[in-house]
Amino acid sequence: MERFLEAPQVIFRVGEIPITETILGGWIIMLFIILGGFVLTRRLQERPRGSQAYVELIVNAFRSLVSDTMGTDKTGFFPFVGALILFILISNISGVVGVRPPTSDVNITMGMAILTFLMVQFYRMKAKGLFGYFKSFAEPIFFLFPLNIISELAAPVSLGMRLFGNILGGTVIVALIYEVIPVVIPLPFHLYFDLFVGAVQTFIFAMLTMVFVKMAME
Amino acid sequence: MDPMLIGIVAIGASGFAVGLAAIGPGIGQGFAAGKAVEALARQPELRSEIISTMLLGQAVAETTGIYGLVMSLILLGIAQNFL
Repeated sequence: MERFLEAPQVIFRVGEIPITETILGGWIIMLFIILGGFVLTRRLQERPRGSQAYVELIVNAFRSLVSDTMGTDKTGFFPFVGALILFILISNISGVVGVRPPTSDVNITMGMAILTFLMVQFYRMKAKGLFGYFKSFAEPIFFLFPLNIISELAAPVSLGMRLFGNILGGTVIVALIYEVIPVVIPLPFHLYFDLFVGAVQTFIFAMLTMVFVKMAME
Repeated sequence: MDPMLIGIVAIGASGFAVGLAAIGPGIGQGFAAGKAVEALARQPELRSEIISTMLLGQAVAETTGIYGLVMSLILLGIAQNFL
């Protein structure tokens, strides 16, 4: 566990780009989700039975979360938000099985935050038109233009850093406890930092993504 | 300046960064939770909505604390170069 106190290990390199254990873990989780989605949606039936009933339960939960938060006319965002929730949730709770959570790597969380940022910019441009988009930065007066740019850029940074900081902080604290007492005592800390904080931060990342996109479309 | 001293100061500063940054979010999150309990006592039927709003507000209040943590990690990285 003391290896969690150091930087992620480099497993192999693609040319000059180092592939660390967190990036590899992220790929494995993505592969797991894609395979799960592929296998579980074979032989769909009119009346759901077995695994199909559970999958429909999860999909309906995502759909109702998105339609409650963003309004019924923007329910079309639920595949994106659902994919974010699945990936972040599985990443966060993967600390329980002793691997380094992929979300404790700033590259992965900032990657997702930049994706949200690009989406926000795209939908604002779509809603307001190109002129209205640039004009929206000069509100309420023209002198606030640089300030509006900074506040626009601060949103994805705080979004990505919040998830990264929470998960990394939890991982480091649990690793420090393992250094002192390696049996029994770390269990409740795993429960709190990996399961509770992981679930809450997943929910918050998805909520903030939805709120940002919704605000951009108004 | 002595490089050893720079490293020691950076380690001390990293502790101060995360410690001082923890004060504000603590007060803010406690305030949000207290207000949410008041709202729940008045209108228990809005439970899920109040809790999700409270968590969202607490997450935004927490941001400055997380900035402190990131700053402290950067300072620790600097200290590593000097010690």
